[in-house]
Amino acid sequence: MAIVETESKIVRLDGTRQNWLEKIPAQYWVVGILLLIMPLFASDFMLFQIFGWTFILGMIALSLMFLAGYGGMVSLAQMTIAGLAGYLVAILGDSAITEISQGWPWYAAIPVALIVTALFASAIGWLAVRTDGIYTIMITLAIAAAFFYFARQNYEVFNGFSGFNSIHPPSLFGVDWRGPKAFYYLTLFWAVASYLFILYISRAPFGLALQGVRDNSRRMSALGYNVVAHRVAAYTLAAIPAGIGGILLTWQSAQISPGTVGIGPAIDVLVVAVIGGLGHPIGAFIGALIYVLLKTFSTDALIALSLSGERFRLLIGLSFLVIVFFSPDGILGLWKKFKVWQQRNPFEQSDGRDL
Amino acid sequence: MNAALTENRALSSTGTEFALELKNISKLFGALAALEDISMSVRPGERRAVLGSNGAGKTTLFNCITGDFPATTGSIKFFGEDISEFPSHERIRRGLRRTYQISQLFPALSVFDNVYIACRGVSTGRFSFIRPRAKDALMSSTDELVQIVNLHDVRNTPVAELSYGQQRQLEIAMALAGAPRFILFDEPAAGLSPTERADLVTILTELPSHMGFIIIEHDMDVALRVAESVTMMHNGRIFKNGTPEEIENDVEVQALYLGNADE
Ligand SMILES: Nc1ncnc2c1ncn2[C@@H]1O[C@H](COP(=O)(O)OP(=O)(O)OP(=O)(O)O)[C@@H](O)[C@H]1O
Ligand SMILES: [Mg+2]
Repeated sequence: MAIVETESKIVRLDGTRQNWLEKIPAQYWVVGILLLIMPLFASDFMLFQIFGWTFILGMIALSLMFLAGYGGMVSLAQMTIAGLAGYLVAILGDSAITEISQGWPWYAAIPVALIVTALFASAIGWLAVRTDGIYTIMITLAIAAAFFYFARQNYEVFNGFSGFNSIHPPSLFGVDWRGPKAFYYLTLFWAVASYLFILYISRAPFGLALQGVRDNSRRMSALGYNVVAHRVAAYTLAAIPAGIGGILLTWQSAQISPGTVGIGPAIDVLVVAVIGGLGHPIGAFIGALIYVLLKTFSTDALIALSLSGERFRLLIGLSFLVIVFFSPDGILGLWKKFKVWQQRNPFEQSDGRDL
Repeated sequence: MNAALTENRALSSTGTEFALELKNISKLFGALAALEDISMSVRPGERRAVLGSNGAGKTTLFNCITGDFPATTGSIKFFGEDISEFPSHERIRRGLRRTYQISQLFPALSVFDNVYIACRGVSTGRFSFIRPRAKDALMSSTDELVQIVNLHDVRNTPVAELSYGQQRQLEIAMALAGAPRFILFDEPAAGLSPTERADLVTILTELPSHMGFIIIEHDMDVALRVAESVTMMHNGRIFKNGTPEEIENDVEVQALYLGNADE
C-alpha cells in the first residue's frame, strides 16, 4: 500500500507527467462503459430494482466497509444512519403526511438532512469509539434497536408505525428521477462518487492515519495523533455515503418506516459488506449485488422447488457462512486467491492486504 | 547538520531551566510498584543514559513520561509546562519523542510511508483529505530522515521485509520526525551488530546539540559514548546519579552489576 508512492510514480523519467486518463486501469474502463450503456439492453425492472437497489445498498455497506476495513470498527448502526437521512428528507421535505412534513425545498431539506445525519453519526461514533471489537458491535446494535423502537413509538416526528409515504425526488431539470433509466443513472452517479471518494481518502493523510490507528493505536498516539478524534471523524465521514444511500432508498420505495431501520436490515448491511469483502471499497458493491440477486430471485427459485419463499433468509445466511468459512476476506479474497494461484510469478509481490 | 532536524530550534530556546522535570513519580501495577518516588531533572540539550537491571522500571519510566501509561502519582514538566494530565499525543506535539524497546512499526507499509506518518503526526493536516503531492514539504523531510538512518535503498520496501537492524533504524527515524526537542530512546542498540551499533552511535552523536535525550542502554560502551550523565535505576527507584566516570568507578554500582551478573 504505497500511499505516497503513487504520486511520485506518475512523474516519468523525462519529467513529463502522465495523463490522468492513462492511470485508470483497464478493468475500470470495461466496467465503467458497461454500466453506462446498461440502459440500452437491461429491462426497467433490472435498472430500477436490481441495479438501483444494488448501488444504494452498496453505498450503505461502503460506509461500513470504510469503518471496519480501514478503521477496524464494526458498526451495526450504518443502516440507522442511512434511515435517519431518509426520515429527515421526509420530515423536512414533502410526503403524504402533510401534518408533519415541513415542505422545505429540496436544496434546503437534503443538505440539512445530511448535516444532521453526520452529527448524529458523530455522536454514535463518540459513544462507540470508547469500546473495542465485540463491544463496538453491541453498542451500535443497541443504538440501532433504540432508534427502531423510538421511531415506531414516536408519532409527533417519526409518524410511528406507518412512517412516511409519497416521498419523491425533486423533478430537477424536468426529469422524473423515479423513472427507471433516470433513477439508474442517479444511483449510479452517487455510487461511483462515493466509491471514488472513499478510495481517494484511503490514501490521503486522514485515511492513512486511520489505518495506522486500526493497526497500532498506541503507536499513533506516540506519533502525535489524537486517536479518539480520528475514530470519531471516521464515523462522521462514513455518514456521507450512508446518508446519501438512505435518501436514495427512501426515494426508490417512495416511503420510509421503522421497518427500514429494523435490526434485520442493520445486520443485512454487515452481511453485505462481509460477503463482498472488507479489504477494498469495491467489495461493498459486489456484496450488495449478490444480496440483491439472492433476495430478488431466490424466492421464485425456492417456490419452484416447492419450498417456502420465506426461506430466502436461510439462503443468505448459508452464503454468509460459506463465505466466512472459506474466505474471511469475502468474494474479493476469493478473487485475490484465484489470481495469485493463476499467475504464480516469483517476481511479483502481492502485499496481501490491499488490492 | 540537517534541515529536517533543525527547523524547530526556536522552540527549544525558550530559556527554561529544564527540558524534563519529574517530581515524585510512582507507578503501580496492582500491588507491584514498578516506579517509586522518582524525581529527576534533565537540562535542554543534555544527554542522559539510564542504566539498570531487567525489571528496574526503565521502560515504565518512559511510558509515564510519554503518557503511554499515566503515572499513578507525581508530576512531569516539559520545558516548564506541566504535562502530567496531558494525553500522549499532546505531549508528543510539544516536541517529546520516543522509540520503543520492541519496535512499533506499521509492517504492511513501506519505510517511506512509516516515516511519512510520523512526520504528519507532528505537523498540521493530520485530517487532510488531500493526498500529498510529490513536492510537499513533508515529503522532502521524510526523505531526509530516511537518509539519516541509512534506509534510502529500502525506502519503498514494506517494513515486514526489513532486517531487525533496519527496523531499529526506522524506529529512530520515526522519533526524529518534525524536529523534536527531547527524545527518549529505549534500548536502541539491543540486538544490533557491531557495525550497526557504530552507525547508531554516529547518528546519536551527530544529533543537533540542542536536542537532548535519555537513552536506556545495557551496553555500557554505547551508553558512555553518547551520554554526559548517567542515572542508575534499581527496583523502581533511582539508585545513583553521576557522570559516566563516577558511575563506572562507583563501588556500589559495581557491586550491583556484579551481583546481577551472578544471577
Ligand atoms: N503493563 C504492565 N503491567 C504489569 N506490570 C508491568 C507492566 N509493564 C511493566 N510491568 C512490570 O514493571 C516492572 C518494570 O518493568 P520495565 O519494563 O519498566 O523494566 P525495564 O527496566 O524496562 O526492564 P528491561 O531491561 O527488561 O527492559 C517489571 O516488574 C514488569 O514486570
Ligand atoms: Mg525495558
